[in-house]
Amino acid sequence: MMPETAKKDNSRLLDIKNLHVHFPIREGVLHRNRSTVKAVNGVSLILNRGEVFGLVGESGCGKTTLGRAVVGLAPITSGSIVFNKKSIVRLTGQEARKRARHIQLIFQDPHASLHPRKTACDLVGVGLKLHGLANGYEIDEQVLAMLKRVGFNAEHLYRYAHEFSGGQRQRIALARALVLYPELLILDEPTSALDVSVQAQILNLLKELQQEFHLTYLFISHDLGVVRYMSDRIGVMYLGHIVEIGSTAHVFGKSQHPYTRILLSSLPSIDPDTPPDREVLEGDPPTPIDPPPGCPFAPRCPEARDLCRKDLPDLIQRGDDAGHLSACHYPHIS
Amino acid sequence: MTQELLLKVEDLQVRFYTLRGVVHALERVSFHLNRQETLGLAGETGCGKSVTARAILRLIDPPGRIEKGAIHFEGRNLLEAEESEMRRIRGSQISMIMQEPKVSINPVIRVGKQIAETLLIHNKSLNGRTARKRAVDMLAQVGIPDPEKMSRRYPHELSGGMSQRVMIAMMLVTRPKLLIADEPTSALDVTIQAQILELMKTLVREIKTSVLMITHDLGVMAETCDRVAVMYAGNVVEMGSVRDVLKNPRHPYTQSLLQTVPDNANPDQPLFSIKGNVPSLLEPQTNCVFAPRCEFTMDRCVREKPKNYAVTGGHQAACFLIEDRGNQN
Repeated sequence: MMPETAKKDNSRLLDIKNLHVHFPIREGVLHRNRSTVKAVNGVSLILNRGEVFGLVGESGCGKTTLGRAVVGLAPITSGSIVFNKKSIVRLTGQEARKRARHIQLIFQDPHASLHPRKTACDLVGVGLKLHGLANGYEIDEQVLAMLKRVGFNAEHLYRYAHEFSGGQRQRIALARALVLYPELLILDEPTSALDVSVQAQILNLLKELQQEFHLTYLFISHDLGVVRYMSDRIGVMYLGHIVEIGSTAHVFGKSQHPYTRILLSSLPSIDPDTPPDREVLEGDPPTPIDPPPGCPFAPRCPEARDLCRKDLPDLIQRGDDAGHLSACHYPHIS
Repeated sequence: MTQELLLKVEDLQVRFYTLRGVVHALERVSFHLNRQETLGLAGETGCGKSVTARAILRLIDPPGRIEKGAIHFEGRNLLEAEESEMRRIRGSQISMIMQEPKVSINPVIRVGKQIAETLLIHNKSLNGRTARKRAVDMLAQVGIPDPEKMSRRYPHELSGGMSQRVMIAMMLVTRPKLLIADEPTSALDVTIQAQILELMKTLVREIKTSVLMITHDLGVMAETCDRVAVMYAGNVVEMGSVRDVLKNPRHPYTQSLLQTVPDNANPDQPLFSIKGNVPSLLEPQTNCVFAPRCEFTMDRCVREKPKNYAVTGGHQAACFLIEDRGNQN
């Protein structure tokens, strides 16, 4: 169906199995009540080499924590992450450093992720220095080449990070990641701090770079329009669980999970003639602090039945398509 | 329905006198708002949407200054009003919902008291108990469950969506004639945004207020507004009914802006992107502000500044292309 699938070799790059990331917290006046924030609560996910996997969900659903766990920035409670056939759970020292070379993370807010008092050259070159990939003049050459690729000139090389605009900073962050030639790039809401016209520039650049550098993207975003445009496959997260996973066309066109359907209908259309036929979800998203048993979406789901409140549904194939999985006892299957 | 004029902003100019130079925040902003109408103010960061809102309430602090223009509200020019009169108008006639509910609500005063306070300030004859009762009723009206109990909560005990409901209650309890909503849903998740937009639509109809909706989200605009004004670098470049502007945009900037939205884009093709960057507001504007980035730039565009030219009744754009076409017809 898609010509791109032929180009990709479908070898697994990243294999996440039953991943849990829990944070213990203490509440109350004397911090006596112990509870657990289950940010990621049993997520399994496979990323194939060369694909763009979009991870969507609302704030607090655990999508950022999942991305951070892969690069080792969140403590993994249990589960496994296999990258290039090697486990990357709880790495330290040399091993962790090696992982950092192959898996890079782009943060949401480029104003916070770049040191304002370092020059573009310093920021992009530091990775090369740390990993011992280049010395002396080679560093400057490689840095300049990469900065040129993302749209800068030699005159920008010695400017400070604070002199750049939001979109420019995000391009510096990209150059900093790509100068190491990583295999996997985790993009955590890379455009949500930017205006739409700047966002379009960055998204185009990301698509070009993905082809050029043969990158695999884990693209985390709450913006469904952006994820649809960028991704080959999509995973929908709710309260630490993946509730639906499948190709972009399937998840958007034939969504099975009620949460996905409501999420898609909540998105305002820019066509004033489309009548808003939306299902408005009651209530707020629950906190991931000691979530109740059963389906995580059951308390807000308009279609919840008794079984949903007792039993956690498995993420399995429920329709005709082998790659389209959902975690719902009563999925919509057309 | 007769279209009765509520607010008319004419040639509003606001400048900020900073150490780096004069920032031409608003150059020429004109628009009007009828009673019981929702007007959207669209544009990207730094185009002057929020400055316009603050100027209407006369909340521009030094080094900013309203240089010239007029803001007619119910026939009265607010720029000539005394400060004491403005204080009476703010909160009772014109209210403003801010983007971040958590930042604009006082964290150490109970929610119910804060809402009642607004009433008491603007209506001296009201007693405390009635005000508090009205506050609780208002909380119920914005869909807060168990309003009696919730009115005794502190703002930090509420979620983002709930805080925004409280904010809306606080602003609508005085039944203002004009509600300015500055990005009311940008800080919220999509499912919560859907709730808040529905709520605002219902309340606006019930209270019969007009809304100036400021947003960068064209989807939100399409869904909530009757008319739209598009701003770019301190100028209103296009204005018209929401259908005219979004379906038949005539200003090249509006056309480009709509094409950069990835929602309905074909993933196999690169997104349209506007070349260049937003101009510096430090330089005085003598030409069309969009000329350096426009695909259709003519000699004229870099020499003089276009006026607003009518496309059809009520739909206008500040672009010479429209004027030329108009001459041919």
